[in-house]
Amino acid sequence: MKTFVSKNKDNLITYGIVVVAYAVMEILIKAGLISSLMQGLLVPLCAYVILAVSLNLTVGILGELSLGHAGFMCVGAFTSAFFSKITMNVITVTWIRFTLAIVIGFIAAGLIGFLIGMPVLRLKGDYLAIVTLAFGEIIKNVINVLYIGKDSKGLHFSMKDAVALNLEPEGDVIINGAQGITGTPKNSTFTIGVILILITLFIVLNLIKSRDGRAIMSIRDNVIAAESVGINITKYKLLAFALSAALAGVAGVLYSHNLSSLMATPKNFGYNMSIMILVFVVLGGIGNIRGSIISAVILTLLPELLRGLSNYRMLIYAIVLIAMMLFNWAPKAQAFRDRLLDKLMFWKKKKVTVTEKEGGASDER
Amino acid sequence: MSFISYLINGISLGSVYAIIALGYTMVYGIAKMLNFAHGDVIMFGSYAVFTIVSTLSLPTWLGMLVSIILCTVLGITIEAVAYRPLRQASSSLAVLITAIGVSYLLQNVALLIFGANTKSFSSVVSMAPLKLADGGLTITGETIVTISCCIVIMIVLTLFVNKTKAGQAMLAVSEDKGAAQLMGINVNGTISLTFAIGSALAAVAGMLLCSAYPALTPYTGSMPGIKAFVAAVFGGIGSIPGAFIGGIILGIIEIFSKAYISSQLSDAIVFLVLIIVLLVKPTGILGKKIQEKV
Amino acid sequence: MKDNNHVLEVNNLSISFGGLRAVDDFNVTIDKGELYGLIGPNGAGKTTAFNLLTGVYKPDEGIIKLDGKDITGKSTIEINKAGIARTFQNIRLFKDLSVLDNVKVGLHNLYEYSTIASVFRLPKYYRVEKEMDEKAYSLLKVFDLDSSAKLKASQLPYGKQRKLEIARALATNPKLLLLDEPAAGMNPNETKELMDTISFIRKEFDMTILLIEHDMKLVSGICERLTVLNFGRILAEGNTAEVLNNPEVITAYLGE
Repeated sequence: MKTFVSKNKDNLITYGIVVVAYAVMEILIKAGLISSLMQGLLVPLCAYVILAVSLNLTVGILGELSLGHAGFMCVGAFTSAFFSKITMNVITVTWIRFTLAIVIGFIAAGLIGFLIGMPVLRLKGDYLAIVTLAFGEIIKNVINVLYIGKDSKGLHFSMKDAVALNLEPEGDVIINGAQGITGTPKNSTFTIGVILILITLFIVLNLIKSRDGRAIMSIRDNVIAAESVGINITKYKLLAFALSAALAGVAGVLYSHNLSSLMATPKNFGYNMSIMILVFVVLGGIGNIRGSIISAVILTLLPELLRGLSNYRMLIYAIVLIAMMLFNWAPKAQAFRDRLLDKLMFWKKKKVTVTEKEGGASDER
Repeated sequence: MSFISYLINGISLGSVYAIIALGYTMVYGIAKMLNFAHGDVIMFGSYAVFTIVSTLSLPTWLGMLVSIILCTVLGITIEAVAYRPLRQASSSLAVLITAIGVSYLLQNVALLIFGANTKSFSSVVSMAPLKLADGGLTITGETIVTISCCIVIMIVLTLFVNKTKAGQAMLAVSEDKGAAQLMGINVNGTISLTFAIGSALAAVAGMLLCSAYPALTPYTGSMPGIKAFVAAVFGGIGSIPGAFIGGIILGIIEIFSKAYISSQLSDAIVFLVLIIVLLVKPTGILGKKIQEKV
Repeated sequence: MKDNNHVLEVNNLSISFGGLRAVDDFNVTIDKGELYGLIGPNGAGKTTAFNLLTGVYKPDEGIIKLDGKDITGKSTIEINKAGIARTFQNIRLFKDLSVLDNVKVGLHNLYEYSTIASVFRLPKYYRVEKEMDEKAYSLLKVFDLDSSAKLKASQLPYGKQRKLEIARALATNPKLLLLDEPAAGMNPNETKELMDTISFIRKEFDMTILLIEHDMKLVSGICERLTVLNFGRILAEGNTAEVLNNPEVITAYLGE
């Protein structure tokens, strides 16, 4: 039986797992046991973990389905990369600039999440899902036609092409439409990624176990009852949704500062990415933060580990995904698992009693 | 004159969306699930036509027939293997994720069999283009066939649902599975039939789509699938005329925004219109309002 | 200022759904500390009356005054803050939250600290949470639920779920408590126990209670005054004994 007092201890275990995994990874890297390909995957991996944890805040804690999470990541990625690019020569201390970039990504994505959430959180279920998907696609498409340049007169904007920016000859195109941003400083490291994971966990886990968290979960469990005890539904839905978006923005900052060339493609910021994050959340257990971390790690590494199987790896991934969903969720499979578990428990009990007897006997011997 | 030609193109594209959306909306109405793999069934159907007509050089009608049969079987199988076990699952997300898994599966099977290269699909329509207004306006054979197909399908489907026993059973199951079962309706059979019809329509939509836009890849069905779902939601999900209206409007908006605003932003505009419609009318244009009883 | 003892004053309350007058010209006045019954056959409009009082529906006509203040047309949340709390006919608990947290959600608006305080675990968080725990436990104790505080609400047996719902409503510190068929689905023993609990909270918290009930026996056992609704209209009102002997009421209940 799950109790709630143990939640504090539970949280410590979650932090512990992250720290230990980080330490093990660092040792393996130092020992030269990790391929450079795998090392290149570590920062995106951290970003995916943050995305999964933050999406779980919307899906698991608030209980609303969002398919636009990659859009918020996109906002964080581009605003922060833009900031880093234009301040590269102004703020020369890297850690200060990068910290500011993270804050900017957080605020920008959170703000967009707030603005989108205000009108759409009235919708429910699949309607909300399709609308968030739509917003995610809109964000991606708009960024693809956005041109921003800088010259001595300041910033220039256009939605047409780089020429329309009317830059002075020495001016610089910073966001170049579909070509995106090039030359973002590569500030993201595995260590920073893990620190950001820990901060995300700290925020999310502390929020869940607080007055606000209870209000959010009460909306998930029963909106009408929550209203009847005076919970401000709009406020807490927005809080959860905007915070979830803001943290996705942080993941975007991490992601964009790991690439020298940042483009908004369907692959990295499209609905397929949002869906992939949702898969992490659902497979890890809806509402289970630790599960999100673990499934994000496994599902990101799985295709890489299967790389030897070349073309078959995504096929296997798909089959594993379907099989796991059926095994985890089909009522028949659940019943089967319960029976199996009962049997195992029974054997265990039997075994325990037997070994006790044997133990007693051996004492005498 | 270009306005009229854009309008006709829009209706033509919209007709394809409408046919896909019909499949979506029927499946959603009855199984209450967002079948993400629906778009990939379209892609599979198109590859079937391509293989038979272009690779094996067999007659077009045979390719179309095989495609429809293959998609129908595929639809029934997917439902029986992947979705049916999850029908009573405690979370509706489970079946959504499974559908996503099926979508990945179909895409990657196609990738393995046919490779990632774009295949050039040869049109299944052999009708000559219609020239109007002294050659000022040309309507392609594909356009004419697509629009007529859509209208015929729409009428037949409406008659089927309203006039046949199987169609009435579908309505009953979508209204209340438990009650339908008590009335002696074969719920599993009815749901299978719905997936069969939806998938057969997907095959038709695939041929028409690829005849008009001949580039075929394993991801061809994905975006039209999403847009058709948008069309279904737009028109009011679960409603057959809603899917029709939603599809046509979506097609027109898409072509007009490509022509007059920006081809890169056309998807964004389509999605923006959807959002606005849903905010004004949260269950779509023809959707029913459902209120929770306190 | 009010010059009487009325906690609730309802005048000419009416609402129609598509031509059907679900509640028609409903009037009631409840005094402080009173336990008032609202009875009537199925579909008489009792729950609709509750939904009007709690702002779930907005009335077409009429005035609702709580403690002399007009609360007509206010939102559910505002009405709860003004002092009306309720339970539901079909239990509505926060099923995945613990029993304790269900009550603490009820305490939400009475104990405050900021989001910042919760995320950064400022001293205020610990202090207020402790106060909330103490208050919640004291409420749970009244209903003999303190030993189940850590269970999920959905793990409670049916009768205790009903009690938890009352505890949660009381946690919002209401002036008026609305109970919607609290004994529905209970066996005679559980009903008896529930009647005792209701009488107890009435005394303990000096609570004014409006009770919807189907079971005549329960009503006649604990309510001083009654209103009988039939087809959305008041059929009879007054002292319990008189009302229950009213021939019209008997006909409405037993059929002609």
